[in-house]
Order: sequence, then structure tokens, then C-alpha cells
Amino acid sequence: MSNAMQERPGTPPSAYHIDKSRHIILAHGGGGQLTDELIAHTLLPRLGNELLGELLDSSIVPGSAGRIALTIDSYVVRPLSFPGGDIGRLAVSGTVNDLAVCGAEPMGLALSLILAEGLERKVLESFIDSVKATADEAGVKVITGDTKVVGRGQADGVYITTAGVGSVNGKTRLHPDQIRPGDVVIVSGSIADHGLAVMLAREMPEVQSVLWSDVAPLNRMIARLLEKVNGVVFMRDPTRGGLACVVADIATRTGLHVVLEESRILVRPETQHAADMLGLDPLEVANEGKVVVVTRPEAAEAAIAALKEDEHGQDARIIGHIEPERDGLCELHTVIGGRRILQKPYGEQLPRIC
Amino acid sequence: MTQRLADSHAAIGRLLEAAKALPKPVAFMEICGTHTVAAFRCGLHSLMPANVKLVSGPGCPVCVTSQGDIDMLIELAQRPGVTLCTYGDMLRVTGAKGSLEEARGGGADVRVIYCSLDAVKLAAAEPKRNVVFAAVGFETTTPATAVAVMEAERLGLTNFTALVSHKRILPAMRALLDSMQVNVDGFMCPGHVSAITGYATFATIVRRYKLPCVVAGFEDVQIASALAKLVELARDRKAALENLYPQVVSRWGNRRAQNLMRRVFRPVDARWRGLGMIPDSGLAFRSRFSRFDTQSRYKITPIDSPEPPGCRCGDVITARCTPAECKLFAVVCTPVRPIGPCMVSSEGTCQAWFKYKRLGKSIAASEDAVAKPSQEARL
Amino acid sequence: MRRKARCSMCLAVPAQVKSCDGNDAVVDLHGNRVRVSTVLVPEVKEGDWVLVHAGFVIQQLSAEDLKETWAVLDDLERKGGGL
Repeated sequence: MSNAMQERPGTPPSAYHIDKSRHIILAHGGGGQLTDELIAHTLLPRLGNELLGELLDSSIVPGSAGRIALTIDSYVVRPLSFPGGDIGRLAVSGTVNDLAVCGAEPMGLALSLILAEGLERKVLESFIDSVKATADEAGVKVITGDTKVVGRGQADGVYITTAGVGSVNGKTRLHPDQIRPGDVVIVSGSIADHGLAVMLAREMPEVQSVLWSDVAPLNRMIARLLEKVNGVVFMRDPTRGGLACVVADIATRTGLHVVLEESRILVRPETQHAADMLGLDPLEVANEGKVVVVTRPEAAEAAIAALKEDEHGQDARIIGHIEPERDGLCELHTVIGGRRILQKPYGEQLPRIC
Repeated sequence: MTQRLADSHAAIGRLLEAAKALPKPVAFMEICGTHTVAAFRCGLHSLMPANVKLVSGPGCPVCVTSQGDIDMLIELAQRPGVTLCTYGDMLRVTGAKGSLEEARGGGADVRVIYCSLDAVKLAAAEPKRNVVFAAVGFETTTPATAVAVMEAERLGLTNFTALVSHKRILPAMRALLDSMQVNVDGFMCPGHVSAITGYATFATIVRRYKLPCVVAGFEDVQIASALAKLVELARDRKAALENLYPQVVSRWGNRRAQNLMRRVFRPVDARWRGLGMIPDSGLAFRSRFSRFDTQSRYKITPIDSPEPPGCRCGDVITARCTPAECKLFAVVCTPVRPIGPCMVSSEGTCQAWFKYKRLGKSIAASEDAVAKPSQEARL
Repeated sequence: MRRKARCSMCLAVPAQVKSCDGNDAVVDLHGNRVRVSTVLVPEVKEGDWVLVHAGFVIQQLSAEDLKETWAVLDDLERKGGGL
């Protein structure tokens, strides 16, 4: 943990009184005794493990020589809790999934918290509980971390940044340049559930909804897929920008022509309804518990079967394929047999959903 | 496969069959932003034969709101003590001085609401705030404003006003046709406006201009069927009025909603972006409700600012040019940095072309495909 | 540039009335429930299907027309989706 001191904001201390046993105050980010107290009482009891407990500036991870995957993501979701999850679950799942789709086995997570003064400690504790529960689900530990506190109202309560490190075994090379005409595009389930659950909770709180974010760590499902199936060439998780973003990217990067069948893409009825109410296109909405997998054609059936063995892959299906035309475009075959180009969403459609 | 899907395929079959017998190429105009987007999204344009076009008219209420009205809203939003309530569509429309979204970023109290009554509830809950409601939309949405104002009256609110920019679609259709600058062979009429007005409202177009009008819903099969019907009517040279959305649209519409609108509003001349002043095409409060009129309360009137240089939104929404024929389209004017309202609004013709049609064109022009991505990267 | 979800001024969705309460009703579609105003169609009652736009019921719908008209109602009998 670092020892950086925090600046105080302009507000005089007498303007309000916060009970530091119940709320986060600026001094909790100061690197001194109050920081120690926060770590000892809130963070270590929930996340504690040997490496984290050392509380050194870095944690040394034992591992074999070979390739290391490193990823980082920040989580600024509003609201902090939403149906199906919260920022804590998101902060672990997102980073674990980024490692997993590159074929890496997660070795450890680094968790950086930026907290706003005034945040209730109970609320923080519930998010840290989620971090722990999700990390356990993924079989990974938080091995190092940092906490800073900023002035009231400056961080909407909580921002989390999670870096993840993983090991990649010698054989795996998942990369867009592996993709060839004839390859098949698979998605592990229904789309748009996360983004719409969050957007509906935020934009239309008066709607009592049954939407549920799909946020989940997928590393075990993906590890099983890679173990059982030869012929997986590339994977991405369709987060910001949704399925459209991932597939349009594949088309652009490979220069090939990707075809998606709209009738094969699964959107739950309640999700479609929320999309209609908000005027959004499910293809462009974020997912936090899904993966897009590109496989060789002969491996597609086995890949579907492997995904379906996991609870998070029950609705896995083939949604498209790669064609040889070199135009770098993704084409959607619509339900009525028409065609249109599917572009990467231009600009950010949905703010603060992850 | 559902029956609906089979019906879509049958409708497209009918469309292609009827198109073969057309004496000349035809263009039908839809006048509803939701139709614009839905037609692209279901891939209908890709299924249409070469001699049938579906063009977009002034069907997006955001796109036809005059720049002067938008500037008034922004100016008001920036006044201390004012809370501006708006439907989400209006948030990013730019006037001469930026957008409501930018005003909000600068500290203005701008709130997106889903229902007009939310603005009234807000005014009732916060008596120290002056609530201004941006009352924009066609006949589908006008009754919502009427109900809101009557509720404000019932509650005796003194801190609620509405800036009325509601428009009526029929006078605009007639103005378009009277101007003789646009060549259309028939109209796909808006299903939800018609739910309120009834389909009989379009009988005058059929009678006076001898053009077929087909009322359409918004599902794939409904749009396909409506287009097929228009082509069949054009083939048979029949100027007829057909309602293909009977599930929702009746001959005379929602009488109660119409009565409420008549009680609260009277028709006035209104300025449409790109079309200029059209008689009787807008609405204003009747004198009983004038104390809820933002312009009267704040003593402001719209000032007309010139269109941004090079912007051809006016031509686009009257089908005098396509978005691709505007020099700014996709080069300088994009959904992230829009110049005119047709690109801002998610139902604007230019944004729809940008999202659904633009790259389809660039398959043929390989220089475009190379040039445009790098230009976009700078934006 | 951030973009807010749009709440369209033309978009209307079907829903079923779950309960009525004066000038309001609670309507449901696939489990999503919202309170809307019935001032424009006051004769609606529990169980009716209606068209909702911008927080208002604007039209009553007949039950026979429903399934084959709106794609969003295709899975009416099948909760939770899944093909």
C-alpha cells in the first residue's frame, strides 16, 4: 500500500460531522493510521490471504516461466448496485474475463479503490464481500491493492480499478490473425441483459423490472472450452459497445466479411421490452457474462457442447460465420431476409454501465 | 418460424411482384422517424427492387423543431432557478449556442423525463424551482402535454410552464405537396400519430393530391406489408386510403385525446426547420391556459438563427436531397459531432443513413472506405 | 461523447394492465412493470392489453391481435427466454 497523502477539499471540517466508524472520511485515504484501520477492519477480513496480508508495496507471485497476461480495467458503474450484481462483482468478473478470453489462467488481481468521503462503510463492506465471493467463484485472489479517498461527491461513491495477471500456456494463440473464411462465430448466451438491467435501474427506476445483469466470471467455462476443444481461434467478451462492437472489430481487423444471422441471436423478451422502452438496440448493449468465440467450422459443435456444460453457457449458439470477401464489413441478415451493415457503435451509447 | 415471419416473406413477395408492373419508378415518403429507423433496421431497403424507393419526410419532431425554439430552451435552462424538463430525444440537439446536454454540463438543471406528468410532479414537489417543460412532438405526444397542463391547473401550480413546440403532421404534408418541390407517389402514414388522430385525417391527401396513403405499424411485417400495398396501389393507379394497422388505428382515433387537445390548444402558424412557416401546423395554449405558457411567462420569443453553413437538413427532411448528397455528411457531421438535427436525433434521417446505409455505399467506392475512417479518427 | 438513452416520441409498446387505481394503472410486459396514466383511455380495466407511450395508455388492444402483431410478444407464454 502506498503512503501518498491526500489533499483536503475546500470544505471546512466544521461544515459537517461524519462518524468515521460508519462513513469513509478523507483521512482513510491518508496512508496513516486510519488507512491501516480501514484495511484491518474492512478489507483484510474479507479479502485476506497470505500475499495480501503482507501489505508490501508489491506482491510476488510464484509461477512458472512462460507468458504472462496482464490486463487492467476501471469500473465506474452507476448505480453501484443493480439487479444481478454490484460494482464489486463487476470489478472481478470484468478483469478475470479479459484474462480468460486471451487463454490466460488468472493468477492474481490488484484492486485499487477510490472512495468518496461520506460513503457508508456498510456499503463498502457489501461491495468488498462481492469482490471476495466473485473471486472465490473464479478461483482467484486479490493479492495487492490500494485505497484512496477523495472529497465528498467527487467519485460518485466508489470507483474501482482492477488489474489482473494470468499465465498463458505455451500452445495457446488466440488472435484475430488466426481467423479464416469459413470460421464460425458463437456467442455463449443471450445478449444485452447487463446493460439494460443497469440502464433501466438508472433511467427508469419507476419501472419494477425482472431484468438481471449477467455479470459473472467465465474463466472456468473458458478453460474447459480450451481444454476440450481444438480449433478455438479467437475470443472476446462483448462489454461496452455490445456484440456489434466485437463483431465489427473482427471484420475490421481481419479485413474479412462477417455475416451474422439476426434470428440466431437470443434476446430475452423482458430485455427486448426494456430495449424498446429505452429506445436502444440490444446489439449495441454491454454484456458482462458472455463471450464471443470464433472457431474452425469442424470445432463448432464441440465448442457449443463444452460451453453448455457450464451454467453460464446454457444458451450458447452459433450466430454467424466468416466469408472470404475482403471488405472488412459485418453484415446482418435480418429476420425478414434483408441485409444491413452492422457497424461499431459510434461514440459511447450507454454511459456508466461498467 | 412464426406466422408473422411467414407474412413478412409473403409481403416482400407481393412487393417484388407488383413492382414488376410499375409503369415508372416510384418513391413513397414515410413521415415518422420511427419508420425511418425501423425500415433500415429490418433490412427492408436491401429487399426493395430498384424501381421502388422509400424516402424520409419531416417525421422526426426533434429534427423539425426550429433552431430558435431550441435556443430558447437552452437560454431558459441556464437561468437561475429554472429546471428544464425534456424528453431524452431533445437532449443533444444543437442550437446556435450548444445543446441542452452541454448546458447541463455547464451547471444548468436539465432533467430527462419519460412522462409529461413527471414535470408536473417535480414542480409540485419543488415549489422554489421554476419548471419549464419542453413540449415537443407530433399528435402522439401532444395529448400528454394537454393532460399535464390540466393537472398543473388542477393543482394550482404557479411554477410550471410548457414551451409548446408541438406540430401537426397533416399541414406539413400539404405544404410539402403544395410546394411541388418534392415528388412522391404516396405516403406511408405514421401508426401512432394515427392512433390518436384516426386514419380519416389522411383522406384529404388522397382526395386532393390523388396519392395513395397507407397507415403502417412499426413491426417488420407491418412496414413490409404497407410498402407492398403502396406499390400495388401505384401499379393500379389507385389513390386510396388503407389502414394496415387496425389493431391500433381506427377511423376516427382516440376522441378523448382529441377533445383534450382541442380544449387546451389552438392551431397556430409554426416554423418548421427546413420548411419555413406552415399555416396552422403548430399549437399554442388557449387563453385559459396562457399562464402555463413559457413564452408568455418569460416574455421571450424565438430568434431565428441561420442554419449552420453547409447544413442541408432542411433539404433532407423534405426529401429534396439524400444525406449522402450533403457535403458535410459523415465527413464533418457525424453522430458524435453532429451539425444539424437530422444527425443528432436517433430518428433523424442522417443518423439513420450513417448507421445503416453509409458503409453499404462504400463497398463500391473503395477510396471512400479508406478516406472516411481516417477522417473520422480526427473527429 | 456520451449519449443518453433516448425515450422516443413515437415509440409505443404493448403491455397488460395489472391493476387500476384512479387515473393510473400498473402495466406489465414480461415482468417489467410500470405505473402509467389512463387519462386518455379511462375505460381500461385489469387484464386488458393496451398500447403505452411516454407514460400514457393511448389505445386499448384486443387480445386476439396481440401475438401475431408484436415481435416483443412472441415469447409471451415462455418466461425467461431460451430458444
